[in-house]
Amino acid sequence: MIIGQRKPLKRIFEMLDPYDRILIAGCGSCVTVCMSGGLKEAEETAAVLRLHRQAEGRPVEVRARVVERQCEPEFLETLDADLPHFQVVLSLACGVGVQRYSLFRPGKLILPGLDTLGSGLPVRQGLWEEVCLGCGDCLLDQTAGVCPITRCAKGLLNGPCGGSRNGRCEANTENHCAWQIIYDRLAARGELNLLEEYRPPKDWSRGHWGGPRRLEREDMPIV
Amino acid sequence: MSKPSNLRKVLEAGHFAVTAEVGPPRFADFAPLRQKAELLRRYVDAVNITDNQSAVARLSSQACCGELARMGIDAVFQVTCRDRNRIAIQSDILGAVAQGVRNILCLSGDHQRFGSDPQAKSVFDLDSVQLVRLAADMTRGLFPGGRKMEVSLEAYVGAVVNPFADPVDLQVIKLKKKARAGARFVQTQCVFDLERFSRFMERVREAGLDREVGILAGVSLLRSAGAARFMQERVPGVTVPEEVVRRLELAPDPEEEGVKICVETIDRMRNVKGVAGVHIMAIALEERVPEIVRRAGLFPRPDPAGQALGPVSCREGNRVDQG
Ligand code: SF4
Ligand code: SF4
Repeated sequence: MIIGQRKPLKRIFEMLDPYDRILIAGCGSCVTVCMSGGLKEAEETAAVLRLHRQAEGRPVEVRARVVERQCEPEFLETLDADLPHFQVVLSLACGVGVQRYSLFRPGKLILPGLDTLGSGLPVRQGLWEEVCLGCGDCLLDQTAGVCPITRCAKGLLNGPCGGSRNGRCEANTENHCAWQIIYDRLAARGELNLLEEYRPPKDWSRGHWGGPRRLEREDMPIV
Repeated sequence: MSKPSNLRKVLEAGHFAVTAEVGPPRFADFAPLRQKAELLRRYVDAVNITDNQSAVARLSSQACCGELARMGIDAVFQVTCRDRNRIAIQSDILGAVAQGVRNILCLSGDHQRFGSDPQAKSVFDLDSVQLVRLAADMTRGLFPGGRKMEVSLEAYVGAVVNPFADPVDLQVIKLKKKARAGARFVQTQCVFDLERFSRFMERVREAGLDREVGILAGVSLLRSAGAARFMQERVPGVTVPEEVVRRLELAPDPEEEGVKICVETIDRMRNVKGVAGVHIMAIALEERVPEIVRRAGLFPRPDPAGQALGPVSCREGNRVDQG
């Protein structure tokens, strides 16, 4: 799933300052699950915005709505009836949803209400962690299903740096050292020999660093 | 032509090697570097220049190593993966070697989070094992991917290892990978915990790695108990046992106590089987290094980093193994 967190309110207030008819659009998928951009969060954001503007003596009309997925036009269409009335939309979708919406309704200003943090998963109640950078050449078969590119702060492929201590990462002791996890998992499976293999430099051109990627399926008929 | 790596000569001749580290200044002037290097010249086999150590931007390691080479001093060029991609790394290696630098030490690099620019985007296009391989390939006349260089370069390739990082198994495996990738010498993280270091060396010997690479034990000079605490708590990968901190706390002259600890550590290292030399890290206290080397009984050097007078050519009678 895509994880993201709401932008700081101060930033949201600044972005919306010139407007007084605002639609806050949540997204019913990933960001609902990570509790940052669903209907509930859209309503909360609307409520604090109203309070803020009241306190400033400039009341504002805000409506909170949600669609199932903002990355698909069919769902965005369900907001069309309301759209002309509002000057601006604050989208609480991930960066994909915000871009989808702006491309789909180019005449409308769509502003980002979330900071997208990437592809992650819930590790426990109330905590999500980024786990995949979409490198375009997945190597999870070599690393016991744990991604060193994403979860090691240095993206090392041939084993840990010298900063790993007590299972924690030198860059941020709140994070587990990815290589410690990989080691433990491979040891449990009796596959430590995988760690002895030399992993050559990665072909980053298959990832984002080769320029934005595209997925084209020639076998899909154009209708 | 420039002379070959002095460090290599010393290690291959089987002498107990001594190198020392110098951190470049944070301004555009070689003067402090030159001054420190002059102090060290006769006391070490090579002078090692850090590459934006602790992720603090400094005068470039390549430029400083070039300056040492011009002074006739054998320089160890530290290269990290943090700040450069493989294109910049190749270019910097060519640049350093063209200036007469003959040793390349490959590292991952400390994470930028605690450095001068925590907002920086790190690179890590390669990791340290891949970097060793790239440098070693260049000494065989190959660019990455196997393309031929017009002229191969001459350099002695090294790497680092941390005997105190977890899990230690993995550090040994990684060292093995570095040796296979072409590392010929290895510098360890600072050794304070001698027991733990001995256990690590046992593992290294079991794997036969001490015969494949020249292992230089890292020895650090602590100026005070405060400095020891700082290392213990803040420097990634360093372990400072409580009794070392204690000794410095109780000492009337902590810096002198630090020197003593250094000398004792070197003594112990000389008796650990498989240790081929020491690398002294006395950042900001480089002026104490000559004394440490003397007190440890390692002076005079078989082959000083740079002879006292003028530019040096390769002396006669050195056993240089070109293999
Ligand atoms: S290897 Fe690449 S695709 Fe696989 S999890 Fe890591 S970043 Fe994602
Ligand atoms: S401590 Fe572990 S996770 Fe952190 S940078 Fe080093 S190897 Fe990667």
